[in-house]
Amino acid sequence: MLKNLCQKMFGRSLWVYHANSGGCNGCDIEVLNVLTPYYDVERFGIKLVGSPRHADVMLCQGPAMHSTARALKRAYDAMPAPKLVFAIGSCACGGGIWFDSYPVLGPVERVVPVNYYIPGCPPRPEAIIYGVAVAVGLVDKKTAPIQLKQLVLPIPRYHPNELCGSGEMVVYERAEKV
Amino acid sequence: MSVSSKLKETLVCLKAGRVTLPYPAQARPVPEKFRGRPIFDVTKCTGCAGCANNCPAREILVFDICQEIRVLEYSGLRCTYCGRCADLCPEKAITLSHDFETGTDSIHDNQQRLEIFMSTCQRCGRCFEEPSALEELKMKGYRLDDLANDRWVFRSRSYLEGEPAVEDIPIEMD
Repeated sequence: MLKNLCQKMFGRSLWVYHANSGGCNGCDIEVLNVLTPYYDVERFGIKLVGSPRHADVMLCQGPAMHSTARALKRAYDAMPAPKLVFAIGSCACGGGIWFDSYPVLGPVERVVPVNYYIPGCPPRPEAIIYGVAVAVGLVDKKTAPIQLKQLVLPIPRYHPNELCGSGEMVVYERAEKV
Repeated sequence: MSVSSKLKETLVCLKAGRVTLPYPAQARPVPEKFRGRPIFDVTKCTGCAGCANNCPAREILVFDICQEIRVLEYSGLRCTYCGRCADLCPEKAITLSHDFETGTDSIHDNQQRLEIFMSTCQRCGRCFEEPSALEELKMKGYRLDDLANDRWVFRSRSYLEGEPAVEDIPIEMD
């Protein structure tokens, strides 16, 4: 009974470890901003820890560089087994602006498996809280892939064989296909 | 000693009040100039690919799947929301929304894919030949001329405003 109560009370408290693998420090400032009294995330049980061995969640900022990829992998391996990885910022999600330059290996998911993505450069503190709330299950995600198609051709098109008039005036209706 | 200091601390905390924002329950309005996720308008887009050429993160991809249909794909991975595409779009088909709640568990959730009809010649089916350098200065995009009054009307807003380059052709903006 005590075990069930503990699981109910402490089940969703995430201890986060904050790993920067070559970012510009912008996302770090936003993550530290989340921990301030203004966006107090300790009310959700989220706590910043200094060692990956104590952590449930790794917050990755910055792209995976050639020089830091091995250290990032070691930090991921040091975390205990039920673990999540959050990619925070454009660099961690997709490699950032300098995704094709020589020291950058690419997005973080080339090195460690990423569970949740929070794009933005840097993301607002609210956006980081939103991503964490999606992971915890407080809110539902709002985005979905969008596909837009032009249904009507903007100009009418006709087959050349149909463009032979007979009589005074021939009106050609809008044709769909040639 | 400790009790009095705690009381003093309590007084200080009560004086400061509560500053924590109730974020996931109630969102704070974003500032006016905030740039969030770009939204593409397929009805205005003419497929000129200026956004793809000027995106610093190479985020917008353009490819022609056949002669008439051009696919423009915004993948949303490494977009830095710089707003250069919206500044540059001649038809103002891209707007940067105030939407920042884009955290997902799948990276492809921020993808937007547009399929645009490209204009080709009605007789031969090929694309139009390029206009001359002088015409290119004066006109971009589609034209919708006034047939009844037999005069040119430039539909596109990307026409360079100011004095016309050629004096003898009257130009009207609709």
